[in-house]
Amino acid sequence: MISIDALSKKFGRVPAVRSVSLELQQAQLLSLIGPNGSGKTTLIKCILGLVVPTSGTILFRGQNIQKDTHYRSFLGYMPQMGRFPDHMKVRQLFELMRDLRKKNKSETDTEIFESFRISDFENKGLGELSGGMRQKVSAALAFLFHPDLLILDEPTAGLDPISSEILKAKILKEHQNGKLIIITSHILSDIEDITTHVAYMQEGEMLHYSSVQELHNISGENSLSRAISFLMTRHQKN
Amino acid sequence: MKKLISYIFMDMLKSRIIIAYALFLLMVSLVLFSLDDNPGKSLLSILNIAIIVVPLVSMIFSTIHYYNSYEFLELLLAQPMSRSAILWCEFAALCAALTLAILTGLGIPSLLYFPGTESLWMIVSISLLSLSCAAIALLISIRTRDKARGIGISLLVWFYFSLIFDGLILLILFSFSDYPLEKFTLALIALNPIDLSRVTIMLQLDISALMGYTGALLKSFFGTAYGLAATTFVLILWILVPFSLALKSFRKKDM
Repeated sequence: MISIDALSKKFGRVPAVRSVSLELQQAQLLSLIGPNGSGKTTLIKCILGLVVPTSGTILFRGQNIQKDTHYRSFLGYMPQMGRFPDHMKVRQLFELMRDLRKKNKSETDTEIFESFRISDFENKGLGELSGGMRQKVSAALAFLFHPDLLILDEPTAGLDPISSEILKAKILKEHQNGKLIIITSHILSDIEDITTHVAYMQEGEMLHYSSVQELHNISGENSLSRAISFLMTRHQKN
Repeated sequence: MKKLISYIFMDMLKSRIIIAYALFLLMVSLVLFSLDDNPGKSLLSILNIAIIVVPLVSMIFSTIHYYNSYEFLELLLAQPMSRSAILWCEFAALCAALTLAILTGLGIPSLLYFPGTESLWMIVSISLLSLSCAAIALLISIRTRDKARGIGISLLVWFYFSLIFDGLILLILFSFSDYPLEKFTLALIALNPIDLSRVTIMLQLDISALMGYTGALLKSFFGTAYGLAATTFVLILWILVPFSLALKSFRKKDM
């Protein structure tokens, strides 16, 4: 569904992503892992078109994403920190988003919207919301238009345990519906039981990409967090 | 598109700065019109205040609004909308808000006290100036990542166009007074939107004593009608060129 070829991004002289190539199919649940500043968010922003790559191409269903913005209608994005205009009300935000995509209320996926009880604070301004409430709004927006590709940047950070479970259940459900899902997370235990593929980034390079099963075989470890720390130490030694 | 423009527009009105600005202009014009029996003179005084205040407010407001809606732009960019469309919406809303303020603040009183082509030209020319400043401010804020720096640069540009530029022209005219500089000076005022709009209004008001050197030159060179057309045309260029440069930078910008 997505193929990334030799993607590089430099901010000034500082390289953030170095020649990353990646091929992702439907029904994968990819965990993008790496220390802070390893280029995960930059890679995601390149896929979203928020950051223009220095070199390399990204194809979405065979179409170069830089030439056509239409692919974003198949895309749901939950940012690390949902930041919205302060004056806007929650209800207005959802109305505006529906309007931009020209979708009726009945065509949208309101499962997260309902289970997070967003209608309870619908008339509040987005500036008055707490960090966790904003995360709930971002999550509801990400799932709203039945996206084929879901990009979730640290989805469970800032959510309470119950909401975090609701979100995980929803991610799993969409995964079973054949959606491609990309998650970055530091909290390995959160993604351990749902992920199918693992990509490990460090200093802008993609050092490892395989299915979870393969990773377990290489590392000889059964738990994901140990397998990841195996990867980290292996690359530190080199 | 329409809904987005109207949303951004409403957001600008809610911040109340635009309303305060419109009320300020309204108050100044009403006071000045009621002070003098000759509305032509009042119009001139209003012009002298507007030519300082309008560019300043337009630039600072546009810069601050851009930085404050940065998160919102980020959210919009993840939607199936092209970058140019998003910037067009932002600029259209800015134009609507700034023009509305000028129409209420300057338009209503001058049409009440001094209805005529003079007032009409002043409103048109000041509005064009305001839009040009907004376009320049957008260009500055897109190119500058840091908010404080962006506002600083906008202030400097305003200062340059409203004060330093005239000083430089005078300096050039004095230093090279032995040479025929008429055409050269005409070319120079095209480089400053604030001068352009001032000269446009002066040409219309036909007060040669107050036109200044450049205004008198322009009049003798073009005649009133062609002079008006020329200055208005260049003033429109001062909107289109900065905005298309802003579009170009916005397309390549990393959020």
